[in-house]
Amino acid sequence: MQLFHLHARRRRSAGATIILTLALGWLAFSLFQTQVLKNTTFALQSDANRLRPVPVPAPRGAMLDRNGEIIAESVPGYTLSLLPGPVDSLRATLGRLAPILGLDSARIEILLARQRRSPHQPLLVSPDLSFTQISAVEEQRPRFPGILIEPGPRRSYPAGPAVAHIVGYISEISERELELPEFEDYEQGQYVGKAGLERQYEFVVGGHPGVRYVEVDALGRLVADFAPEQQIQPTPGSPLRLTIDLPLQEFLHEVFPDSMRGAVVALEPWTGHVLAMYSAPAFDPNEFVGGISADLWRELTQDPTRPLLPRAIAGRYPPGSTYKLATAAVGLELGAIDPEEFLPIPCRGGMAYGNRFFRCWNASGHGSVTLVDAIARSCNVFFYQVGIRIGLERFLDATSRLGFTERTGIDLPDEVAGIYPSDAGEWYRRRWGWAATPTEVLSLAIGQGANDQTVLRMAQFFAALAADGTAPTPRLTVDSPLIAGEPLDLHVSAETLGWLREGLRRTALPGGTAHLASLEHWELAGKTGTAQNPHGPSHGWFVGMAGPWGEDPEVVVAAIIEAGESGSNAAQLAAKAADFYLRTKHDIPTDSLQTLREHIDRNIWPSWAQW
Amino acid sequence: MVARRIRRLIGDPLLLALVLALSIFGVAMVYSAGQLDVADPRVMGLWRIQLVWLVLAVGAFFVTIHIQLKWLEWLAIPAYICGILLLAATLVIGTGYGTAASQSSWIQVGPLRFQPAQFANLATVLMLARVMGSWREQPRSIWMLWQPIAIVMLPMALVLLQPDLGTALVFGALLVAAMYWAGTPIGMLVMLLSPLIGLFLAWQAWLFSVYMVALIAFLYIYRTYLWESTVVIAANLAAGTIAIPLWNSLKPYQQARLLVFLDPSVDPRGAGWHVIQSRVAIGSGGLFGKGFTLGTQKRLAFLPEQHTDFIYSVVGEEFGFLGTFGVLALFGLILWRLVRTAEKVPDPFAGIVVFGIFGAWFAHVMVNIGMTIGVMPVTGIPLPFLSYGGSFLLASFVALGITQRIAAENRKA
Repeated sequence: MQLFHLHARRRRSAGATIILTLALGWLAFSLFQTQVLKNTTFALQSDANRLRPVPVPAPRGAMLDRNGEIIAESVPGYTLSLLPGPVDSLRATLGRLAPILGLDSARIEILLARQRRSPHQPLLVSPDLSFTQISAVEEQRPRFPGILIEPGPRRSYPAGPAVAHIVGYISEISERELELPEFEDYEQGQYVGKAGLERQYEFVVGGHPGVRYVEVDALGRLVADFAPEQQIQPTPGSPLRLTIDLPLQEFLHEVFPDSMRGAVVALEPWTGHVLAMYSAPAFDPNEFVGGISADLWRELTQDPTRPLLPRAIAGRYPPGSTYKLATAAVGLELGAIDPEEFLPIPCRGGMAYGNRFFRCWNASGHGSVTLVDAIARSCNVFFYQVGIRIGLERFLDATSRLGFTERTGIDLPDEVAGIYPSDAGEWYRRRWGWAATPTEVLSLAIGQGANDQTVLRMAQFFAALAADGTAPTPRLTVDSPLIAGEPLDLHVSAETLGWLREGLRRTALPGGTAHLASLEHWELAGKTGTAQNPHGPSHGWFVGMAGPWGEDPEVVVAAIIEAGESGSNAAQLAAKAADFYLRTKHDIPTDSLQTLREHIDRNIWPSWAQW
Repeated sequence: MVARRIRRLIGDPLLLALVLALSIFGVAMVYSAGQLDVADPRVMGLWRIQLVWLVLAVGAFFVTIHIQLKWLEWLAIPAYICGILLLAATLVIGTGYGTAASQSSWIQVGPLRFQPAQFANLATVLMLARVMGSWREQPRSIWMLWQPIAIVMLPMALVLLQPDLGTALVFGALLVAAMYWAGTPIGMLVMLLSPLIGLFLAWQAWLFSVYMVALIAFLYIYRTYLWESTVVIAANLAAGTIAIPLWNSLKPYQQARLLVFLDPSVDPRGAGWHVIQSRVAIGSGGLFGKGFTLGTQKRLAFLPEQHTDFIYSVVGEEFGFLGTFGVLALFGLILWRLVRTAEKVPDPFAGIVVFGIFGAWFAHVMVNIGMTIGVMPVTGIPLPFLSYGGSFLLASFVALGITQRIAAENRKA
């Protein structure tokens, strides 16, 4: 047999051709399968490969005061992101950015950890840069490879610290929050309200971020924006109309005694609208925008004066003499006292009861007084007797229904309930380990003892006195469904209310504790108070109301000045606030001299003053 | 006649035309491979270099075509020895380069860098042809195949040591092809290749048992010598036994590549990346492709080694099924013309040379294209005439020169 005979060659050639055809046919079939039959799958994969969704932050809804003035708004700002890259170079870039953006090493580690979790996404370093930061970065742009500065909305609070405790602040969403069901739509790095209205109404003002697709290469480097028509525009947050009177709020920030701590709440009676709510010391919520620096955060959280604490709703103080109105209301309603009755023990700077001597604040004594005078001059001895007449059980039973054990239900987070005994036995035992003795009622009757209330609670209580004995839940927004609390009802008769109001009015008249706070254009009525403070000088209270002479009060103001010794400074503050608000409301030009004391201090003896 | 004169000068004009068309298309694809969104300066200008190499390669082709067949026969032994020495040298002075950085497959001479293996396999083909061309009858037992096997085993082992699995595979392919053309009975080839099958089936005991029974039946029907059957069965058993230790001796990346071949998703960011991205590139090309230079997978650098081993994926992404099928058809025609050349040559040496080259190219095409769509493991061998790479292009054109010389001499005779 010839190995290379033509026939042998033809046979082998035919065999080779068959194998060649089969093999290439198989490849062609596989190609057809990949490219034509599975084209849709692979085309999708190809798109998924190269397109990266980048969240577009939504502008937060504006917050406007009752007259439409801006309390919080979204202004054009800039975000700074880092495009993906090797960890070392990202770390180096972040290190160089640190002094400009105020990043500390812990923050850089957090950012790098986030980068490791989603290594192909641009890393949002700061969602809100100030213009100064932008220009500082732009100046040295070559030092920061891979940074991406894009326009985005920036939160701004034009009134700054004046509205701090109302608006709260925003900050980056935390890991813990991200796990909560209500934040399931939120992305890492997104800003959310952390306190105040920003938190309470996060789902109203927060809006919904949009999505933009960018084309990236295999190393995640941004190549271009992709298909603008496929962008999902962010849904801006809804605006929020507040009950706040911004000029009054700013006025409070201005006139609150420097370096003092405390809080002021101004309410509109009948409606419960919060006209102003100020806590001192305050902070500037603008500092939180774009990421608060670690130093400032430490400063704010470690400051012993606790500037982040919204004292008006979260600070609890013994109500002191302001509470005498509750004692009086209960005493009158229960028939324990007659409004025009002189109680048997005259005030000689105190009174003996049991084996103890209970003091009045005025060591020289008030003598024999009726209810109205007792309120005006804040006589402890009178109210001790009212308390004794009512008795501890009845006293607690009646007063604990006046809201002193609950939150008001204002539409703010962080509000605390007052501390107040609901009964004489169990409550005391749980708290102190023994039941209250009957003499406890003497302390309670003058607002001492187991009684700590918020400024807002006292404001609402007085708002009920300023109206018809009822007060709606205090609110910061005009038409929000998020108001939780029950309206307050003191269950007092009009007659009782009349006597109480008379006492409050008398307080601002000659001989009353707030006489020096009286005003030219407005009838001031209220109650001073001194709350014992175990840590230092007493806190000074004033809770009162004001309105045009002879008419119903139009504003209720509660003020406390921590360690303010007595209520007179608080009364000055509250009166000035009321005066400022009412003057603006009634178109009377404001005056730098408002209260009687301010005039007297300047040696002016105004003719409108009563002597 | 003009046609005859042309044939005398350049051999098979259709084959040359096909190869030139493919090579020019290849330069275009190398150009496209350099068109990235984030420019990679290492790849951007390579098409120019490839063009220069193409010109050089065509020059080399015209030089080669003037080498008489008898000279080639005479050259076989020195070329073979030279090839072996060069391959041995790579193990000592070889460097990794470009996409094969971990392999010492390259030798650098001044500014030039070349892969000796690409020339060594040509020399091996010549050597095989010289040895088997002298056969006057069919080998009657596998013992008589020891010479060709030894000739290929030596360079193949050296290539495996580099280590370059893909090129070693090409050596195997050209051995089988050359033996086939030299007249080795099919049954004997089956016996030779059977241990390889055994190697892969060793993982499943029952499958291996069934296979061994089938093998014994085959050996009985084929009426082999007893000793021959014994050797084959022993080899298969040995293959089955050493499969697992052999697997363990593979480098981790080699293991990974083989595993990924079975399931690319086992390591999508590592070894599976190539296959997944290549399939996505080719698959997203669809019927008509995304347009020349416009492939997004490539532009955005998802496609790795897009100018060398995965150039076919660029073709697939940018020209779609029409492009891939067209290139496949060109290769089919080229390979078919080689078979036809071999068929027409009565000289055993010449025929085996042509068919050996056919076998090598065939292996390149199958393994490379199969790899880009995930039907073959990733072994990193280039696609002839398309992939960027000067020494391989040169070697391919030299090989073409030899086949064309053979075709031309045949015409003269």
